[in-house]
Amino acid sequence: MTPEKLDTLATRIAQRLPEFTTERLTDALILHVPADRLLATMTILRDDPELDFTQMIDLAGVHYPERNPPFDVVYQLLSVHKNHRLRVKTGLGEGEAIPSVTGIWSCADWYERETYDLMGILFSGHPDLRRILNDYDFDGHPLRKDFPVVGRYEMRYDEAVGRLVREPVALEIADREPYRRAL
Amino acid sequence: MGLNEQIQEVSREVGERGFLLTSVDTLANWARTSSMWPMTFGLACCAVEMMNAGASRYDLDRFGIVFRGSPRQSDVIIVAGTLTNKMAPALRKLYDQMPEPRWVVSMGSCANGGGYYHYGYSTVRGCDRIVPVDVYIPGCPPTAEAFLYGILQLHKKIHRTHTFASGWGENGIRRSAKLTG
Repeated sequence: MTPEKLDTLATRIAQRLPEFTTERLTDALILHVPADRLLATMTILRDDPELDFTQMIDLAGVHYPERNPPFDVVYQLLSVHKNHRLRVKTGLGEGEAIPSVTGIWSCADWYERETYDLMGILFSGHPDLRRILNDYDFDGHPLRKDFPVVGRYEMRYDEAVGRLVREPVALEIADREPYRRAL
Repeated sequence: MGLNEQIQEVSREVGERGFLLTSVDTLANWARTSSMWPMTFGLACCAVEMMNAGASRYDLDRFGIVFRGSPRQSDVIIVAGTLTNKMAPALRKLYDQMPEPRWVVSMGSCANGGGYYHYGYSTVRGCDRIVPVDVYIPGCPPTAEAFLYGILQLHKKIHRTHTFASGWGENGIRRSAKLTG
C-alpha cells in the first residue's frame, strides 16, 4: 500500500475505532484488538462504508512461548473496492477461547479449524471445530514450539496383530535437530 | 539321448507345425508381466511423473499397463509420493483388498524412506513399514525413464518366480525350471 493510502486508512480507523492501538509499518497497518472486543470491531471493519473490509484473506495463529500472552491470532483483511488492506492482531493466553469470526466472514471456517488443529487455539461459536489436516485422533498441536519436530508417534503394520499400530517414535539415527533449542 | 535333447527334438517337431513348446510358468509370467494393471495411488508430485510415464511420450499402455480405479482389478500398487500417518491405514486397506498375486512399487524418496519429510511429525518413514515392497525407485521425483526402468525390474522379478514348478525333484536335487539348450 502507498503511504497516502495508509494515511487515509489510519485516519479513518482513528476516527471510528479510537480505543485500539495501531502499529504502522512501511507498507502495512496493524490494529491490535483484545479478544473480548473482536466481534464488534470486526463487524465495524466490514460494514463501515469507508473501511469496507468485505474480504478476510487469511487467518493464522502465532506461538511466542516466552511471551505473555503466548498466542496471537492474526487476521488479514482486504477491501476490493477501496483497494486497501489491514492486519488485525489479537493476543491470547493458553487455554483461552477467541470468538469465531465465521458469522462475519464464512470463509473463516476452515482457517479456524486449521489454526485449532496446528496451534490448539480454541474458537468459541465455531460451527464445527474439528481437526482439518491431522488425523482426528492426533495427539498434540504440531506447530507449537514445544512440539517435537519428529512427532510423538509413528505408524507401522504389525504382522502379528494384522493391523496398523501406533508406536512412540524411535529414530534409527538419533535426534538430528541441530536447531532445536532447549525448552 | 537326455531329457533336454528329447524336449528340444519335440520342440522342433511342433515348431515346424506352428505350435509352441514352453513351460506353464513362463506362460503365466508372460501373461502377468504383459498386463500389469496398477492401482491408481498417486500421493504427491511423484504422481505427476507417473502420469508423464503414462502419457504419449513414454506410453505405459505399450507395456499393457492400464491404471485402474479399484484395488480388486489391480495387480500392482505404485506408491507415488509422501505417505502420511493419516493415509497409511488407507494404503494398507487398499493393499489388503487387492487379489493375489500382487506387487508393490515404491516410487520416489518419500515412499522409499520418508525422504525430505523423514524428520517430520506426520510422515511414514518409508512405505515398507506398511506394505511389503518389491521394487524401490529412487529419485525426487524419479524421471519417467527411471520409473519405466523400475517397472522393467519388476518384470524381471516376476519372470524369476515359479508358480507351478516347484523346481525341486523327488530326490531333493534342484532342477532348473528353465529349459536351456
